[in-house]
Amino acid sequence: MSALDPMAAELAEHTIDDKPYWFRVDRRDFLKLFGGGLLVCLTERSILAQESGRTFGSHELPDDIAAWLAIAPDSQVTVMTGKVEVGQNIRTSLAQQVAEELRVPFDSITMLMGDTDLVPWDAGTFGSRTTPTMGPQLRKMAAAARQVLLEMAGKRWNADATKLVAADGKVTDPHSGQSLRYGELTRGEKLTQTIAADTSLTAASDWKIAGTAVPKVNGRDFVTGKHKYPSDIVRPEMMFGKVLRPEGYNAALVSLDASKAEKIPGVTVVHDGNFIGVAAPDLPTAERGLSALHANWNVPAQPSNQGLFESLKQSSAGKQDEDSPAQSTEAVSQAIAAAPVKLHQQYTVQYIAHSPLEPRAAVAEWNNGKVTVWTGTQRPFGVRDELMAAFHLPVEKVRVLQPDMGSGYGGKHTGEAAVEAARLAKATGKPVKVVWTREEEFTWAYFRPAGLIEISSGATHDGTLVGWEHHNYNSGPAAITTPYNVTHQLSQYHPADSPLRQGSYRSLAATANNFARESHMDEMAHTVGMDPVEFRMKNLTDARLRAVLQAAADKFKWGASKSTSQRGFGIACGTDKGGYVATCAEVEIDPPDKKIKIRRVVQAWESGAIINPDGLRNQVSGAIVQGIGGALFEQIRFANGRILNAHFAQYRVPRFSDAPQIEVVLIDRRDLPSAGAGESGIIGVAPAVGNAIFAATGTRLRNMPLVPNGRIV
Amino acid sequence: MSDFILKINGTDRHVSASPDESLLSVLRDRLDLTGTKYGCGEGQCAACTVLLDGKPVHSCLTSVVAAAKSNITTIEGLEKNGGLSPVQQAFVEEGAFQCGYCTSGMVLRATALLQATPHPTEDQIVSYMNPNICRCGVYPRIIAAVQRASGSPEKAGGQ
Repeated sequence: MSALDPMAAELAEHTIDDKPYWFRVDRRDFLKLFGGGLLVCLTERSILAQESGRTFGSHELPDDIAAWLAIAPDSQVTVMTGKVEVGQNIRTSLAQQVAEELRVPFDSITMLMGDTDLVPWDAGTFGSRTTPTMGPQLRKMAAAARQVLLEMAGKRWNADATKLVAADGKVTDPHSGQSLRYGELTRGEKLTQTIAADTSLTAASDWKIAGTAVPKVNGRDFVTGKHKYPSDIVRPEMMFGKVLRPEGYNAALVSLDASKAEKIPGVTVVHDGNFIGVAAPDLPTAERGLSALHANWNVPAQPSNQGLFESLKQSSAGKQDEDSPAQSTEAVSQAIAAAPVKLHQQYTVQYIAHSPLEPRAAVAEWNNGKVTVWTGTQRPFGVRDELMAAFHLPVEKVRVLQPDMGSGYGGKHTGEAAVEAARLAKATGKPVKVVWTREEEFTWAYFRPAGLIEISSGATHDGTLVGWEHHNYNSGPAAITTPYNVTHQLSQYHPADSPLRQGSYRSLAATANNFARESHMDEMAHTVGMDPVEFRMKNLTDARLRAVLQAAADKFKWGASKSTSQRGFGIACGTDKGGYVATCAEVEIDPPDKKIKIRRVVQAWESGAIINPDGLRNQVSGAIVQGIGGALFEQIRFANGRILNAHFAQYRVPRFSDAPQIEVVLIDRRDLPSAGAGESGIIGVAPAVGNAIFAATGTRLRNMPLVPNGRIV
Repeated sequence: MSDFILKINGTDRHVSASPDESLLSVLRDRLDLTGTKYGCGEGQCAACTVLLDGKPVHSCLTSVVAAAKSNITTIEGLEKNGGLSPVQQAFVEEGAFQCGYCTSGMVLRATALLQATPHPTEDQIVSYMNPNICRCGVYPRIIAAVQRASGSPEKAGGQ
C-alpha cells in the first residue's frame, strides 16, 4: 500500500481480508493448484493465506466502448457497470449521465450492474466512488459512442459528420433533413472503437437530463413487491441451507455429533474444514437439521466493552499506519503549551452494526464445474475472488450476480453467505439458498470500528487556533485532518488490535473523527467565549465549507433564539470525500427524566454539480436519520467472544418516532465536478446533537452513543 | 406436513406445510410470494408485515394455522386492474424508499392505517407506523406519502 496507489489505499481501508472458511483441499485440487512437482507441506490455512493477496493491480479498465455500452437494433441502450445498486440510487443517476452524453431519452437506458460475467471488473461500490469515477467513465464512453454514431451516419450519407446532429436517440442531417435512429445505424453491431483520450464531456451547465429529479427507474417494482432481491431468488429444485455457528468468536470445535441431524429425511450435513452446515428441501427442515446438530465448542476468554478503549490504545503501541507515518509532535506540543487557552479531551465511539434490513443472502448453483451465485454484496468481484479462493477455481468458473439489494451501508463487502451456499450446493448437487438470520447478521458480519480519540488544542484569547493534535486509536484515518487553519497541527491514526471483526461503515472513521473534532471545536468556542459559528468562521478559509456552514446557519436561523435548559441548539460541519456538510440540531430535553428528543435538523450539503437533486436529498436526509442511531443509542455490547445484544429488541435503531423534522439545503455547484453523496451526510449529526445537549444542559457528552438509554446520565 | 387452503389476495391457495410453520416462510418459500420480506424473524422490524382481515401482523410470528382462518393480503394483492393503490402511488410520487426492502411492509401498514383512520395526524402516523424499521432512514418521506395517500395537503418532514 502506498500513497501513489489511491485504489490500493482505498481498498485497504474498505476491505476485510480475513477468510471465515477454509475447506479441505483434496489431493486432486492440490495438484491442480501447485502442479505435481511441489512437495512443500503447507497447512490448509497457509494455502489460503498465499491466495489472499489482492489482485486489483492486474485489472485495467477496458477502453473499448462495447465493454461498457451496447445499442440494440431497437435503439435500446444497455450500460454495463460493476457498481451495484444498494438503495443509493445510482441505477438512476448513472443512467441519467449516459442518457445526457449519448443524447438519448432517459427511458431507453437499461443498466446492467454487478454481473461478473457481463460487466467490466470493478473494485466495489464503496468510498463514494461511483459518482466521481464511474460517472465520468460512463459519460466518456457515451460521448465517444455518440461521436462514432455521427461518423457512421456521415459515412452512410456521404456527409460531413461534423455537420450532423445527435439528439433524442437519432442522428439528423439538418441540411437534408434525413435522420436515422441509433439502432438503425449500428444494426446490432458492437461499437468496438476505443475512446480517445481527449473525449470532451457536456458541461454540467448544459445538462438537460443529468441534473434533474428523475424518479427512481424501477420505483414501481418496489411498491408492488415485484423486485427480486438476492434473498428472493429461486432456482429449480432449490434447497435451503443453514450454517452451524460457533458458540463464540475464535471458538475451537471440540466434538460434533451429526447423527441425529443426518437421520432427518432430506437433510444433508456438510462438515468440511471449519465449515459445518446443513441443507434440506425446505427451510423448516433445514432449521430442524441445524438444531439437531450437537457440537461442543471451546471458546477462549476474550475482551468485553469493559476496558475496551484502554486496551485499544495499549495495543496500538509499536504499530504504525503506513499512510500516516509518525510525525514529530514537538512543535505542535510547544505551540499548545504556549497557548493562553488549552484543552485536552478524550472521545470514544463504540462498535456499531450496519444491520441492513436484508441480511446476507445467497443462492448458489453448480453447472459443469462452474458456480453461479446470486448474492447481496457491494463487491461482486471481491466475492468472485473469495469463491475462487475457497473452491480453487479459475476465474471463468465463477459468476457472481448482484440483484439490487436491501442495502449495505458499507456492511456487505464480504461474501460469507455466497461461500456457504456454494459449499452446500456443491455437496447436494442442487442450488442452495442461504439467508442469514438477524442474529447471524448482528454477530457474524463485521462492525464499524470502535475508537478512542484524543485531541489537544491551543488558542489565543481572541479565538485563533494555534495548535492542534488529534490521535485516533483504531477507528480509522478518514477525515482525520482538521479543515481549520492551524499553523501547528498533527493528526495521526494508530492501528490497534480489535477484539471484534471490524470493517467499512458509511463514511468510515469520518463520523468518529468529525464528532471528536467538532465537539472539541464547540468546547473551545465556549472556553474562549465565542459563538460556535463565529469561532469556526474565524479559523476557516475553505470557501466550500464556509458556504455550507453559512447556509445551514441561515436556514436554521442560528442565533435567533437562545438555548434554554429544555431546548438546545448545536452546530457542526465537516468535509470528506468531496462532500461538504454543515448540520444544525435542535434538541429537546424533558426536565424530569432528562430524556432527549431531536426535534429539528437542518443540513446544508454541497458536493459539486448535482446529478439528481431528489436522489441527493433522499441520501442526505437518510444519512441524518441513520446518523441519529450512532449518535444517540446504537452500540454493540460484547463479552467473551459473544454479542450480547444481537437483536433489534436489544439493539435500538432509529424508528419513525426518532426522526426529527429535517430540512436539507442543497448547494448546486455546476462549476465543480460531482462528488459522491451517499456517505458524508452522516458526519455532522452526532457533534451537532452533542453540542446542542451541551448548550441546553452544560453537560458535555464525549462518548458515542451519547445517550445509550435515551437520557442524559 | 398438513394441507391448508389460504385465502391470499382474494384467491384460494392450496399449500402443504407443517402447522407451526410461519406464514412468512409459507408465503415466500412455498408460494413464491417474495414481496413479503424477512428482516428479523422476531417481530421487531415489521418487514414481513401482511394484513389478516385488514389488520397488520408480523407474518414471521404468525403460524400458517392461525393465518388459514383469515383473508390474507400481501403486497402482491394491492394493485387493482393493473393500477397502483393510492398508498402505492403515493410512495412512488414521494420517492419514499431507498433500497426498498422495507417498502412492502410500510405500504401494507399504511394501507391498514388509512382504512381505520382515513385522515391521520402526523402523530397518529408516527405511532401507528412505528413498528416498521427503515434502515435507510426514509421516515419523513414515508410520512409524507401516507399524508399524500390520505389526501391531506400538509407535508411532513419538509425536507
